[in-house]
Amino acid sequence: MGFEKILFYIFSVLLIMSATMVISVRNPVKAALFLVLTFFASAVLWLLLQAEFLAIVLVLVYVGAVMVLFLFVVMMLDINIERMRAGFIRYLPVGIAVALGMVGMLIWIVSGEGSAFDHSVARDASYNNTAELGRLLYTDYVYPFEIAAVILLVAIIAAITLTLRRRPNTKHQKIEQQVAVKRHQRVRMVKMQTEKKFGEKR
Amino acid sequence: MIELSDYLILGAILFSLSIAGIFLNRKNVIILLMSIELMLLAVNINFIAFSHFLNNIEGQVFVFFILTVAAAEAAIGLAILVVLFRNKRSINVGELDSLKG
Amino acid sequence: METMQIIYLLIVLAPLLGAILAGVFGKQLDRAAAHWVTILGVGISCLLSLYVFKDTVIDGAATFNGTVYTWMVSDGVRFEVGFLIDKLSAMMMVVVTFVSLMVHIYTIGYMSDDPGYKRFFSYISLFTFSMLMLVMSNNFMQLFFGWEAVGLVSYLLIGFWYKKETAIYANLKAFLVNRVGDFGFLLGIAAVLMYFGSLDYREVFDNASILNGQTIDVLGGTWSVATLICILLFIGAMGKSAQVPLHVWLPDSMEGPTPISALIHAATMVTAGIFMVARMSPLFELSETALTFVMVIGATTALFMGLLGLVQNDIKRVVAYSTLSQLGYMTVALGASAYAAGIFHLMTHAFFKALLFLAAGSVIIAMHHEQDMRKMGGLRKYMPITWITSLVGSLALIGTPGFSGFFSKDSIIEAVGHSTLPGSGYAYAAVVLGVFITALYSFRMYFMVFHGKERMDEHTREHLHEPPKVVTLPLIALAIPSVFIGFFYVDSMAFGDFFGEAIFVLPQHDVLGELSQEFHGAFAMILHSLMTLPLWMAVAGVFTAWYLYMKRPDIPDMIRNKLSLVYKVLVNKYGFDRFNEIFFAGGSRLIGKLLWKTGDMFLIDTVVVNGSANTVGWFSGIMRRIQTGYLYTYAFAMIIGLMILLAVFVL
Repeated sequence: MGFEKILFYIFSVLLIMSATMVISVRNPVKAALFLVLTFFASAVLWLLLQAEFLAIVLVLVYVGAVMVLFLFVVMMLDINIERMRAGFIRYLPVGIAVALGMVGMLIWIVSGEGSAFDHSVARDASYNNTAELGRLLYTDYVYPFEIAAVILLVAIIAAITLTLRRRPNTKHQKIEQQVAVKRHQRVRMVKMQTEKKFGEKR
Repeated sequence: MIELSDYLILGAILFSLSIAGIFLNRKNVIILLMSIELMLLAVNINFIAFSHFLNNIEGQVFVFFILTVAAAEAAIGLAILVVLFRNKRSINVGELDSLKG
Repeated sequence: METMQIIYLLIVLAPLLGAILAGVFGKQLDRAAAHWVTILGVGISCLLSLYVFKDTVIDGAATFNGTVYTWMVSDGVRFEVGFLIDKLSAMMMVVVTFVSLMVHIYTIGYMSDDPGYKRFFSYISLFTFSMLMLVMSNNFMQLFFGWEAVGLVSYLLIGFWYKKETAIYANLKAFLVNRVGDFGFLLGIAAVLMYFGSLDYREVFDNASILNGQTIDVLGGTWSVATLICILLFIGAMGKSAQVPLHVWLPDSMEGPTPISALIHAATMVTAGIFMVARMSPLFELSETALTFVMVIGATTALFMGLLGLVQNDIKRVVAYSTLSQLGYMTVALGASAYAAGIFHLMTHAFFKALLFLAAGSVIIAMHHEQDMRKMGGLRKYMPITWITSLVGSLALIGTPGFSGFFSKDSIIEAVGHSTLPGSGYAYAAVVLGVFITALYSFRMYFMVFHGKERMDEHTREHLHEPPKVVTLPLIALAIPSVFIGFFYVDSMAFGDFFGEAIFVLPQHDVLGELSQEFHGAFAMILHSLMTLPLWMAVAGVFTAWYLYMKRPDIPDMIRNKLSLVYKVLVNKYGFDRFNEIFFAGGSRLIGKLLWKTGDMFLIDTVVVNGSANTVGWFSGIMRRIQTGYLYTYAFAMIIGLMILLAVFVL
């Protein structure tokens, strides 16, 4: 057995076990942490598949940003853990049955196909996965790239819009109204009598 | 040697685990969102495997985009969750039955 | 237009005009005006008919066959209104208008205290118009129009006293039974149209021979077309002329006033069927099966309806069954191909039967509308004119030598005797026996009403007197032809060439032709009859009636007790009414109820209409459970769908 294969088996077992843990632990914080472990194992598998850039991106972006976001939210929400488990056991048989059915079917489909493929093309040491990816990304797929950027922008705006709360009674400056004010809204000419000079008798 | 089918089987197992996760947990919307992430991960593994074995880098390009969109979607999903929690004071999926017929 | 055409139109339209004036403007007219305008109409018609008769029969004018109005032409078939005036229709016109005029005059007296006076005159004038259209027509469509119109007016008149329940039952029964006959008739006309492509008499009769050898497959059997057409047309005649089994309406039609019983159910409407068969003689001659059918039905009617006349206690019912029986005689004559004899008997019968009905009506008026013969008796002292005319009518009916009924009836009996068709033996026996029965019931009625012990109560007896002249004059006017017309017309009508081309007889069926060889004049016929059976049957009948009802009135009761089963069968009219009531009426009601309860209420309302709504509701109740509102249920559904899709692709 090659070193690769051992690595593959170790990390895939890790992957599957932590995924199972994600869906079955009570505490959502623990579930989030197990998800992080899943992503790490997956990143290693991707390295085995010579997709280094994406493996690192997975760790950086997904684990670093998305999972942290998850943890923020989990810890922010005041969740009552005790009432969480009631339905789990009851539906377990059905769930397992469905999952096994799906897996069985998929395995039956995909097994036996692999030997036709030519794997592990030998590459020289100057092969740079990142550069190759970048080359494709900025030439052929530039348009989807820009759209992906726009999607991220939209996601930001959407997230803020959804959760923004204003306090009801705070006063803010409304700059646009301040700038658009006219003279007659602020100044009023009034006729008044002259005041007596200083020293005159009243 | 590691065959393509090994990776595909791995992806399949991960996918069905995530489906079981969606179906089994009735009490926690956060677990639901995490199961969706798992699903996306399974699909990504598939893509990378194919990209490697077919010697075509475009599979990885696609994974790049999936990661982007998945991140955006996770953000928005969590925002919705927060608003939901604010209104209902609970994240029990079993209580989200306003669409009940 | 020539004068003759104007005359023909006037004959038809004058009664119609009278009917419309009396009917539509009845409120504005008073009673006298109503009856004068209708009598004027029918009177004009009668005089002109006599003129036409003289012109056609005596002066020998050519047959008039012309179109008055073309209603429409459809696919080459012409639907027209037209007249065919030959000797046959001329004779019918005279009979119809004369009897109608007598009835009009009679009604002035009979219905004088009835609130529906003007309506009645309008109706009988309308009837005259319809009957004239029928006999003067030259095509099947107009014949059918007249046919239906007389049926309609008969319905209106039978139910004239519409507040009386029995009258309403009777008129509906008449109409429905007639309808059954009309259905057959219409099928016959349709068959004629199908095979000849035209409804005009001339075109059909001239081409009658194209039916030879043609057959048609109907209801699984193969029929000769000529037989089928003739039998269908005869079914119409069975309905209108009340042959067994469509006879059941005629006795009940006595619910109407007596004048109409005289007009419609003795002289004219019921004879429409006989007239129609005689008119269709070119077609009937082509089918021996149809002729046998006609003869057997006629003989059955003649004998069995006569038997029923023996057990009736209502004076009008006796005359009604007598009419049925005599119609049977006419039909037998038609079946034996002795069309001329049948029509001859039609004419003589019109006169003496109308006379008998009107005389019965006169008795009823005098007895203050009492119709039960058991409460009458010895009326001859109080109503001499009615008595004499009744006697004359009865003698004519039974076939006393010299009276007109004798000539026509004996001609028929002899003709049937000479016929060679299958069933003629049965028919001959029936008509000969019928003579005895006829004499028995008619003189039973005569003796019970006019002779013997007076059985009415004191109050009625004090008021017994002869009815006014308007009632008795028509009686006398009808009595005269009852006596004389037979004598004068027997040689030309029955055995001669009176009808000419109007009636067509094939040589092998020509019984009248054979008989005319032996005929040596009216007197000789009278003398010859003394040696034949029918006369002695009649005498025996009269004698039996005298014995049973004058000499020994206790015997009838004894016979009734001894033969109680026979009596029961006769009183129940052979069960025809019960059968119709149970089978047809009850059956229709059952089908109606079934269709309503099961078909309509259950199947359509509950199963289909409500059922489909309930099914939708039930189904949506199930579907509702799927919409749980839970996210995981929806996701699960998607997964299941996906798996099924995969399975489909894989397997």
